[in-house]
Amino acid sequence: MKSLEELRAIREKMQSQVSMRAEDHAHTRVVVGMATCGIASGARPVLTRLSTLVQERNLTDKISVTQTGCIGLCQYEPIVEVMEPGKPKITYIKMTPDKAEEVLERHLVGGHVVEEYTLSGADIK
Amino acid sequence: MTEISLNILDVAENSTRAGASLVSITVDADFPNDRLTVVIDDNGCGMTPEQVEQVTDPFFTSRTTRKVGLGVPFFKMAAESTGGSFSITSQPGVGTTVTAVFVLSHIDRMPLGDITTTIHTLVVYHPESDFLYRYKYNDRSFVLDTREFRQILGDDISFDTPDISAYIMDYLNENKLETDGGAVY
Repeated sequence: MKSLEELRAIREKMQSQVSMRAEDHAHTRVVVGMATCGIASGARPVLTRLSTLVQERNLTDKISVTQTGCIGLCQYEPIVEVMEPGKPKITYIKMTPDKAEEVLERHLVGGHVVEEYTLSGADIK
Repeated sequence: MTEISLNILDVAENSTRAGASLVSITVDADFPNDRLTVVIDDNGCGMTPEQVEQVTDPFFTSRTTRKVGLGVPFFKMAAESTGGSFSITSQPGVGTTVTAVFVLSHIDRMPLGDITTTIHTLVVYHPESDFLYRYKYNDRSFVLDTREFRQILGDDISFDTPDISAYIMDYLNENKLETDGGAVY
């Protein structure tokens, strides 16, 4: 069985590191809808992929990935909202883990909104 | 919903939303008795008897963004369609207990699914609640108690810190494997 001793060791190691987390107003927030509608349409793997990538690429100082409930657009779930300080909120709809990865690369890292996946840009039938 | 674990993710969300400081989740797979029992128990704000009546009605929700509330009805249907049972008991100011029993061998039982990721997601994204997760597989079991983690980590290290998040995932994966030997059901 995995023990709590290992957690103690991680804690010891971290104690020497100073938290570098940026102030909240400089943080980009990435929010995944995780109500019944979101979960049923596949939000959990989207959330997992996003948070894994943000950690792997050491972006946790700049980007926080969180979850929220239903925002009332259930037919477009899974929905990912990107809130960058000083910019209008971007709503990405019908996300998959792969599309979310593309959003991370092109928008969050590259700085260009992926228009074709947004609520305003997508070809909604 | 395609997995029992996704139902758990969804219904446990109600507990955190109800302001629970502790959410207990038990997943108990008992093959000799052909039952899979899921219990989600919280110390949140609870519900009145009237609300408990309404909560299994898909056209009731306390939310204001939409008119339907499908989370609990989905869970109930998933359990009852296997010949199992579903119940909610609740008391205002005390908390709520949701119990779903599935008949393991029933053809309509959906798979348990990725319970490890579900619990990880709940634990990491709900820093305001503690979780007590018990996983039982026949006569073996393990427990994850975030209160123990917090005691070690103190208040200044959150569960979404990469090292801690990875530890929690490993803890769940390794202990589950030791408990059920990697069984898929």
